[in-house]
Amino acid sequence: MAKDSDNLLPVHAAPAESPLDAPFPSKRMLVNLGPSHPAMHGTVRAVVELDGETIHGMKLDIGFLHRGFEKTCENVTWTQVFPYTDRLNYVSSIMNNVGYAMAVEKLCDLEIPERARYLRVITSELHRICDHLTLVSAMGLELGAMTVLIYGMEARDLIWDRLTELCGARLTSNYARVGGVSRDMPDGWAEKVLRTLDRSAEMADEIDRLLTRNRIVIDRTRGTGVISRADAIDYGFTGPCLRASGEPYDVRKASPYLVYDRLDFEIPVGTNGDNFDRYLMRMEEMKQSDRIVRQCFEQMQPGAIASDDARFVLPPKPEVYGTIEGAMAHFKIIMEGIQVPPGEAYACVEAANGELGFYAVSDGGGRPYKLGVRAPGWNMLMALPQIMEGHMLADLIPTFDTVNMIGGEVEQ
Amino acid sequence: MSTNSDLDLVPAIATRREDALSGLGKMVSQGLGWARKYSLFQYPFVTACCGMEFMAVAAARYDLDRFGAALPRFSPRQADLLMVVGTINVKQAPILKRVYDSMADPKWVVAFGVCASSGGFYDNYATMQGIDRIIPVDVYIPGCPPRPEQVLDGIIMLQQKIQDQRHQLTEGKQPALPAKG
Amino acid sequence: MSQAALQKLKERFPDAVTQTYTGKGGDDVALVKKEAIAEVCRFLKEDPDLLFDMAPYITAADYMGSEPRFDLVYQMYSTRKNHRIRLRVGVPESDPVVASVTPVWKGANWYERYCWDMYGIRFEGHPDPRRLYMYEEFVGHPLRKDYSLRGRQPLMPERTVDEPFRGPGPTGG
Repeated sequence: MAKDSDNLLPVHAAPAESPLDAPFPSKRMLVNLGPSHPAMHGTVRAVVELDGETIHGMKLDIGFLHRGFEKTCENVTWTQVFPYTDRLNYVSSIMNNVGYAMAVEKLCDLEIPERARYLRVITSELHRICDHLTLVSAMGLELGAMTVLIYGMEARDLIWDRLTELCGARLTSNYARVGGVSRDMPDGWAEKVLRTLDRSAEMADEIDRLLTRNRIVIDRTRGTGVISRADAIDYGFTGPCLRASGEPYDVRKASPYLVYDRLDFEIPVGTNGDNFDRYLMRMEEMKQSDRIVRQCFEQMQPGAIASDDARFVLPPKPEVYGTIEGAMAHFKIIMEGIQVPPGEAYACVEAANGELGFYAVSDGGGRPYKLGVRAPGWNMLMALPQIMEGHMLADLIPTFDTVNMIGGEVEQ
Repeated sequence: MSTNSDLDLVPAIATRREDALSGLGKMVSQGLGWARKYSLFQYPFVTACCGMEFMAVAAARYDLDRFGAALPRFSPRQADLLMVVGTINVKQAPILKRVYDSMADPKWVVAFGVCASSGGFYDNYATMQGIDRIIPVDVYIPGCPPRPEQVLDGIIMLQQKIQDQRHQLTEGKQPALPAKG
Repeated sequence: MSQAALQKLKERFPDAVTQTYTGKGGDDVALVKKEAIAEVCRFLKEDPDLLFDMAPYITAADYMGSEPRFDLVYQMYSTRKNHRIRLRVGVPESDPVVASVTPVWKGANWYERYCWDMYGIRFEGHPDPRRLYMYEEFVGHPLRKDYSLRGRQPLMPERTVDEPFRGPGPTGG
């Protein structure tokens, strides 16, 4: 960092008329926004060099949540990796499960049945709504609008209730499996979800009315945290942050996977690349996700929820207890893990934050040889020092919020 | 077994004469215990996924405010309940210890989630196997992440414990200061 | 989908690109020699037919026991042309130094720091060659296959737990 101790003139020095009018000398100050900080979303350490309130340099120190995801995954079976992937982007965990399952299915050359695809899409979009609600609530809280947190948490809790009925867990769902999903919808679940979506759309609407035309929010977020389209692409931004800068890249439209090519939805694209646009992207995407879920319920047909290939998918229980082949297949899959053919594959999904990619390498055994994660939040965090150059310290807070750095995926 | 006596609990039932409280002392202890348990100022040391459940616990449905533990104090000097929410890894450990050491007595520690209690299912080079390896813990709340009802159960258990602990208006002798560094 | 891109790459760099193939699920992969990676990346970004403008996802894999030991993987995407390509660069253990592609894409910065931290592959010309995840006192590169899974290097003295099932407590160890 710069050593200005012998520089007596302040950085915005104008020639002084007389010594009595000369401004006071100032030095740059190093402030440590430490790893345990309410606005640092968990665990990022930012060392900020300040001149008054203006940031003149920022250094990010990460690694305070590194949990050894990749090394752990090399030591467990392919199916046991699913709970670990849940905890990558923990606010929208089904998308991580789906991404990983797609990478393994690419390696195994496995086709999954229709109903499994629809279920994956429905649960992914529900979790996308949860992620955006969390972001908007946290942004509201940190800008001072605590009511927004309460409404957002209530809406999120309602959606989590529905997901608990389906997956068993609110947050870390462990729902997708190689070859499909783990269980089917309970009776009456579709109607309940539609009612929940109505209710959470109402609450999202209330949040919208509280924040979007709010003078304070606009003053703090419009024009702050700007990144240009070219810079955003150069840094590898994806997702709502890239779309806020004007680049309409969405994996669901660019290379459609699962059933996204049959669904009718739009991708919001912003213009300025500032915090306000990023916030608006998320509000609009919640509405689009709502649309997607409703269409899926209309289009979905009854059927199998997992492929019937016994090498990769557990056979149904009547077969396991009734036939020898079923029992043997079940035993082999559980004890040795599914034997994925050797090779490497990269599969990506459009997670709530951007393009979430999984790079899986298999050596033919029951455990991954390597599993790499392309975390979308990483690129945004990398660009943060450049974004914040010349801005005020108070602008760091909404920027950190809208960039949506989730510690779990950035630090794997 | 290590001999860190500050890691052991104060026994709930006094078996030695010098630990026994007089009638007035007992009333004071119960009164102070009542006051302290219903006015917990938490320091949510949030790191990972359990933070989402913490937000849900603090919100309107599973209200933490009705237990008096609503207001988070983001400075360790002002807090008396350190809730370690989420995984603590080896890099974060010194910071956790520093925050714990900065807190003033009386203080309590809640290990929220299995990662804080025992490392969770991350048994690898980066994760510390439970925060009780460096700081004493009063209540462990298991779950990955724990359901909010489980968290509230843990808070109620902690409140019970605080009530049963021995509180005095003045400390007779100073407790041993933790070693520096 | 990106067969044309692979073709063009192979024509332009016939000796640097040792092999191209289409792998599982239609992924197009090119094996590139370590010395030429910076040139190849600049060509991929600037050529008007290819235009891989988005910062790649760079990771590495440790194939311990085979030569070259490390395999640096660059997964690229072009927003203009909507095609993907993967480059694999073999990095031997005896000389784990590769030219950095940070001058080409700013977003390659942390990915290269991650490869250094986890695998020990050094990047020449990187503006900030520090560890990313692990602390500075950490010795070794964790994702290498010869680093043990549970090889913890604690930063501060930890209390040992003698009875893992009963756990610590007033009577447990």
